[in-house]
Amino acid sequence: MSAYARVPLIGLWFAFLALPLAGWKNSLWIGLGCAAVVFVVSATRASVQSGALAGPADQIKKRFTSAWRFIEEKSYDKRYFSILLLLIIALPWMLDRYSTDVLVITGIYIMLALGLNVVVGFAGLLDLGYVAFYAVGAYSYALLNSWYGLSFWPALGVGVASSALFGVILGIPVLRLRGDYLAIVTLGFGEIIRLVLNNWDNVTQGPNGILGIGRPYLGEMRLYKPMHFYYLVVILCIVTIFIVNRLDKSRLGRAWAAMREDETVAECTGINIVYTKLSAFAFGAAWAGFGGVVFSAKQTFISPESFTFFESVIILCMVVLGGMASIPGVMLGAFILTVLPEALRELTLFRPMLLGGAMVLMMVLRPQGLLQAKGQRHHLERDEPKSEAEAGK
Amino acid sequence: MLELRDIHFYYGHIHALQGVSLEVRSGQVVCLIGSNGAGKSSTLMAICGVNAVTRGEILLEGEAIHAREPDEIVKRGICQVPEGRRIFPQLTVLENLEMGAFLRNDASGVKEDIDYACSLFPVLHERRAQKGGTLSGGEQQMLAIARALMSKPRLLLLDEPSLGLAPRIIETIFEVLARIRDEGTGIFLVEQNAHLALNFSDWAYVMETGRIIMGDEPGVLRDSPAVREAYLGE
Repeated sequence: MSAYARVPLIGLWFAFLALPLAGWKNSLWIGLGCAAVVFVVSATRASVQSGALAGPADQIKKRFTSAWRFIEEKSYDKRYFSILLLLIIALPWMLDRYSTDVLVITGIYIMLALGLNVVVGFAGLLDLGYVAFYAVGAYSYALLNSWYGLSFWPALGVGVASSALFGVILGIPVLRLRGDYLAIVTLGFGEIIRLVLNNWDNVTQGPNGILGIGRPYLGEMRLYKPMHFYYLVVILCIVTIFIVNRLDKSRLGRAWAAMREDETVAECTGINIVYTKLSAFAFGAAWAGFGGVVFSAKQTFISPESFTFFESVIILCMVVLGGMASIPGVMLGAFILTVLPEALRELTLFRPMLLGGAMVLMMVLRPQGLLQAKGQRHHLERDEPKSEAEAGK
Repeated sequence: MLELRDIHFYYGHIHALQGVSLEVRSGQVVCLIGSNGAGKSSTLMAICGVNAVTRGEILLEGEAIHAREPDEIVKRGICQVPEGRRIFPQLTVLENLEMGAFLRNDASGVKEDIDYACSLFPVLHERRAQKGGTLSGGEQQMLAIARALMSKPRLLLLDEPSLGLAPRIIETIFEVLARIRDEGTGIFLVEQNAHLALNFSDWAYVMETGRIIMGDEPGVLRDSPAVREAYLGE
């Protein structure tokens, strides 16, 4: 009965949590509600484990697992790409301007999340200041455009290069740092960049931000509608996916994986840690630069406010939620965490709470992320004949 | 083949290696025994270039290698099997072996050597599609040794290969090590299990608080009262 003993305690705990938000009367109801939910859940679980529901529940679970595995397998299947691509191309014609705009933002976040995935997912370096590179990309276009009139396409290159350079600049001092220490330094780095942008009035115009950033041109055509940006972002995302996927399978990608698994052993195996680590930071940062340039061209206005620590956290959540090191997973994570908050606009107030709750649930129930990385599946299935076959080829 | 001359190394303020000098002749098995914290692992890490020495010289066949990066040292034929069966847990056995050959470009040679490694440890062949992390302790140690062999080292550095393993497994591993030695690879063995190490090697050093206090033939050390008392438990 110990499972049921927790019920009133959990109710009390949630009532206590809700107290400052909802007043004591409402919190009482919230506490009761939570207790009821927990009671129902534990009762069902008990009967699923050993009671009447065990058989059917097992069936459902099996079905669900195999369905999900099917999706995981297919997310790497090239045949489905063309169908998906057609859908993606058709999408803005079926949606209004606002929704298209949301999708543009989603696309930018997909690039950012894929970039962060290189650092966190592939190379295993926890970066809490990733937004700094996004800011570098955005500001390099904004500044070069408003000062020297540099147009979008060359700025794309410059933005990528300067972000990558900043990636290396961050990488050098953290070469010998691991885990928590690395996370703290990257966090500090992100804040430094934001504070510099916020306070260097002569150059960045401080918190006022930069206005009137030029739109990109394609030949004679000026790109300004959400739909224009939509296609631009789709193309850039495809480029990103292609290159990131190639990187993952390359020699460098293998070195990243080894470094992620065990840095010292990787070093003893003959992997040059300095080069491997710096290239992870540089490649990761480059995509943030990409995203940043597109972001400033789309918004025509940027200020340090867009590049806060919370942005870094959201991008990291996308990677973790979707599945570290899994390219389809990370994309799904970026999609969910940009589209869902827009869809739930009425609940703005509760967004951080829902996000926090979702992350806690994820970590408890499915720590490997929604779509697990290909190489990390089939964890404990020792004698699966299929993996034998895979090894044979 | 390998010579350390008066090596000093610091962990922050701690003077971990206080002038270590030793020599590994080619084709020999040399062991380094000593208690916890004596500096045995630090010595190996210094040879590998992971620990940057502050003073002294490390010579590999006359060439100074102490200022080199770890990957350059592996390229020159020294490979370490670090303490505690450190394999890449999320990679399969096969991928672990391939990672060991990271610096090599001869795909066919690598394939041959994977077969060779699997012939030394047949269990690795059976488990080749499995994640390294799902192997048992002994299998992981075998994988770690096999992975190090994939770089075709002239000198293999082993850090406590017997640690935490069942006697039968230790026996298997040392049989394979003997085979590797007979095929001409030098072995520098760090062990806490002094019995085992002295029986297996041609020359032995004893280390205490960052210094080499003795270096002689295993038979001589086995008879020395100091070693008997401190390391052989007699």
